[in-house]
Amino acid sequence: MDKLVIGGVKLESRLFIGTGKFPSKKIIPDVVKTSKSQVITMALRRVDINSKEENILEYIPKDCILLPNTSGARNAEEAVRIARLAKALGCGNWIKIEVISDNKYLLPDNYETIKATETLAKEGFIVLPYMSPDLIAAKRLVEAGAAAVMPLGAPIGTNRGLKTKELIQIMIDEIDLPIIVDAGIGKPSDAAEAMEMGAAAVLVNTAIATAGDPVKMAEAFRLAVEAGRLAYISKLGPEKKFAEASSPLTGFLNEGEK
Amino acid sequence: MSFYSEYLKYKNFEFNKFLENITSSDIFRIINKDKIDEYDFLALLSNEAEKYLEEMAQKAHRLTIQSFGKTILLYTPLYLSNFCINRCSYCGFNIENKIKRKKLTFEEIEEEAKVISSTGLRHILILTGESRKETPVSYIIDAVKILKKYFDSISIEIYPLKEDEYREVIEAGVDGLTIYQEVYDEDIYDKVHIAGLKKNYRFRLNAPERACKARMRNVNIGALLGLNDWRKETFMTGLHAKYLQDKYSDVEVSVSLPRIRPHIGVYEDIYPVSDKNLVQIILALRLFLPRVGITISTRENQKLRDNLIPLGITKMSAGVSTEVGGHSSKTKSDSQFEISDKRSVIEMKEAISARGYQPVFKDWMHID
Repeated sequence: MDKLVIGGVKLESRLFIGTGKFPSKKIIPDVVKTSKSQVITMALRRVDINSKEENILEYIPKDCILLPNTSGARNAEEAVRIARLAKALGCGNWIKIEVISDNKYLLPDNYETIKATETLAKEGFIVLPYMSPDLIAAKRLVEAGAAAVMPLGAPIGTNRGLKTKELIQIMIDEIDLPIIVDAGIGKPSDAAEAMEMGAAAVLVNTAIATAGDPVKMAEAFRLAVEAGRLAYISKLGPEKKFAEASSPLTGFLNEGEK
Repeated sequence: MSFYSEYLKYKNFEFNKFLENITSSDIFRIINKDKIDEYDFLALLSNEAEKYLEEMAQKAHRLTIQSFGKTILLYTPLYLSNFCINRCSYCGFNIENKIKRKKLTFEEIEEEAKVISSTGLRHILILTGESRKETPVSYIIDAVKILKKYFDSISIEIYPLKEDEYREVIEAGVDGLTIYQEVYDEDIYDKVHIAGLKKNYRFRLNAPERACKARMRNVNIGALLGLNDWRKETFMTGLHAKYLQDKYSDVEVSVSLPRIRPHIGVYEDIYPVSDKNLVQIILALRLFLPRVGITISTRENQKLRDNLIPLGITKMSAGVSTEVGGHSSKTKSDSQFEISDKRSVIEMKEAISARGYQPVFKDWMHID
């Protein structure tokens, strides 16, 4: 499969996974294994480096790239502080910006996200901002130095699928950076659909973590992401709105030419 | 405009008439809706809805997992002082009660902190009685400064503060406020709060909003179940949570559902709240406010607490003592109320895991 390059790193896997919401941290290593995921996100607020047993980092294989997120940040300033803390705690220099000041729907604040991206990109972070799909905001994120752009498919945790499909498609067509669909993906078929559209990757948490069997579901998502990518690079045949008739109605116009 | 004007809208509402007219088809319609309004919420608190607890539970379970996953956040209360100037008929700290009073010194606070943090807990809730003389804001701030070394999240459950005082404690490191209205019915409020500053209904009612204005992160409200008809009190609690969530969308709002427990001093005029009623309360709240946190304390017994886990609970206390100095000191005070679930942190952790849930010890950090 073709590789995904982010921040100079070549990735085999186009499935990023989250670590929240699992019934037990102990199954995370198995989920990582069956998902073959290489980029793992976790909320820095949940990281307890002082406790070996409770520290989520202990459950993430060492060869994965950590993508700490700024969950809990209400504005750019708080996101920047959390990102710096993540780096200081040894989580590397990748950061998923999550600025949410709406606890009802958990929709991101694009304006503050752009501000935080700008500051952190300048400081050398590989910044992956989570955002509400919007072409202009995405362009601003590119200018601010983002390494990829992560629009939501539907409100986080809802498993509703690609409700924002049209807007994401425009972003895929117009933005030069990898577009990673983050949030809302509820089923492997949603992930496949995003990949067929040309998304560079997808980030899945709730759909795997809250499945009856998270380990198997992680594998299902891996297969779906691979299938979707393969379909995209194999160039899907064009979709047609009307059936192509075998005896065209205007065929008679060409009859004299024969 | 404050929540008081919302309260007034329903002050003379004919609750009983509304509740009696709810039919089973109303309940089905509501359970199947994506979003429910306040009247739907009230309908879910009706007697009729009690027949459909299983259907409500299935949906509440789904909604909770969607928003919070299979996780339960653990915390413990730390009682700093039980000096109190109020005469509240339902509380063991009542100034009239001849109990052993105690206030922790800063050394003792540090001792308690060490013992509690050694259990792995990272979220702490500090409590005092209402006495600005014995436990002024400056004392709270000094206590917070010590506790910051041991805990990642510090909440307060103390007397209501002014907005600028909330700002001061937040500046010192407090990220959460718990304050119960005790009873939303203004007349009953006046009756049970016999004397003391707590008699001021509106100052207490608006305290959560003052904290939101001061940019508190977590605000936890509730009514002391048993002081009034639980249907009305739950309804007002839900409306209050919704009011705060709508107006201060960056605040994480949660609700506690404390039922009156035995305590020193007697309060007899209690409206009963059965286990079944408590379950209905939790389910109705979850269906009305899918993203609001719901806390259940050790006032409830072990078996009930374990069974409530999958119904919508997001936060539980563990390893609890309601005595001042209860974790480390040899000279403890008398308690605020008798706890029922006396399990240690390790036991709670095991019980939550056994239910297929992840006990979460840390979900915040100081970021300044």
